[in-house]
Amino acid sequence: MMKITRRRFLAASLAGGAAVTLAPARKALAAGSFEGYPEGMGVLVDLTRCIGCRSCEAACNKEQQLPAPAEPFDDPSVFDQTFHGGTQKRRTDESHYTVVNRYQPEGEQAPVYRKIQCNHCNEPACLTSCFVNAYTKTREGAVIYNPDVCVGCRNCMVACPFNIPAYAYSSVLNPRIRKCIFCYDTRLKNGKPPACVEICPQEALTFGHRKNLLKIARERIKLHPDRYVDHIYGETEVGGTAWMYLSAVPFDQIGFNTALQKEPIINNVKDFLATVPMVLAIWPALFSGFHLLAKRKGGHGEDHAQPQQEENKP
Amino acid sequence: MSGMRTTKEEIDMLAIRNRLLVAAVALVLAWLPVGPARAGAGPDLVILDSMASLYQGVSFDHAAHEALAEGCATCHHHTTGSAPLSAACQGCHAAGQQASTVACQGCHQAEPFSAEALRTKDLNIHLYHTDKVGLKAAYHLACMGCHQQLGGPVGCQDCHARTDAGDAFYHAGAYAPPPAPAGGSGE
Repeated sequence: MMKITRRRFLAASLAGGAAVTLAPARKALAAGSFEGYPEGMGVLVDLTRCIGCRSCEAACNKEQQLPAPAEPFDDPSVFDQTFHGGTQKRRTDESHYTVVNRYQPEGEQAPVYRKIQCNHCNEPACLTSCFVNAYTKTREGAVIYNPDVCVGCRNCMVACPFNIPAYAYSSVLNPRIRKCIFCYDTRLKNGKPPACVEICPQEALTFGHRKNLLKIARERIKLHPDRYVDHIYGETEVGGTAWMYLSAVPFDQIGFNTALQKEPIINNVKDFLATVPMVLAIWPALFSGFHLLAKRKGGHGEDHAQPQQEENKP
Repeated sequence: MSGMRTTKEEIDMLAIRNRLLVAAVALVLAWLPVGPARAGAGPDLVILDSMASLYQGVSFDHAAHEALAEGCATCHHHTTGSAPLSAACQGCHAAGQQASTVACQGCHQAEPFSAEALRTKDLNIHLYHTDKVGLKAAYHLACMGCHQQLGGPVGCQDCHARTDAGDAFYHAGAYAPPPAPAGGSGE
């Protein structure tokens, strides 16, 4: 067996240290960003067309067989509902996978209606935060989940930059995460548009290949620069989403989080996660080496090729 | 038996003859307006009910709207032969381009998001008319834009009464939920 010399040890530690410091740079090349499946579908939500009829909410309720609503779906009084001391408009929950809210931007005559639902990110934070792999990004573009493996940790609720996944608190025996699944089971995988898109009288929701929707969105902005803000919300936000928005008023005035990063959420922790195996592999060797060296100084001439078990601990 | 067959054939022949007659009249009528169609040349009343299910069809007073609109192109783009209003359309259709059909459903598809429609769109995404809305949106966008600007009726049931299926769909009318305690839904 080879004896550990001082020179050999120092060389090995330097190499190890270099590997750790270089890891993030190498990772950036290797991991990159997932741009979404090339044939992925999406929906372009044109808020200039939405009239707040809430038909999408009704269609979602029927398609997903959700519980009967507290108010009729043609009741505009729900737009006045606020929660948490008036700071929060209606949100998606276990029995509402999509919700339309009304906003009155300053200086605008007409109100703006905004539909919210899962945006089906290209690189979903809910998926990457789920340690039981309940979530799947399908090649059609939907972010779906398997409630049978969900353990109810609710990491995805914290991870989602759009606050979409909801928890079925009302179910005592089988609580689970609920959210819009792009009508994947009943429609999307059969080549049909989601129920909300189909019912929309104004075609405020345009269903199609995501890459084509981007082209259509740019075309609309180009044709009507006076009508639209020059931004497609969801084109780049958190790495891009399958559902994207066009608006006549600045997005931050109608409840959108405009401070979101362009990179997928997972990129914030990829660097750290890449160093974990490195640390696990190198630190034991490194500190064993230190320990061995220290021991060697103490006892001249002893054979250290087979150190005792306790001494080998980092 | 053979007598019955003859009768059926006679009926078929009659139907074909009728259809030919209608086609001939339509052809003659189509050539009648020389140049761009003028207001007043359209039908008086159009029943828009090809998609009706949750709502009844709309009895559209075409004559009244002819008087209100600037011209046929306001709704019919270039298909009636007059120049389209949008500058973007005038690139190709400046002279107007009379189409064989001027009905909305002649160009706007009832199912704009079917797999077939999306495949065609994907193949032709670099051509024009890629952002053509479906039939339902063609109706509603054309109506709602003006109605909002000019103060026309904008409520769903202002134009078409909801059917029983519609009431069930919206959980409204006879299907409305019982009044719930205050506090909102599921928050």
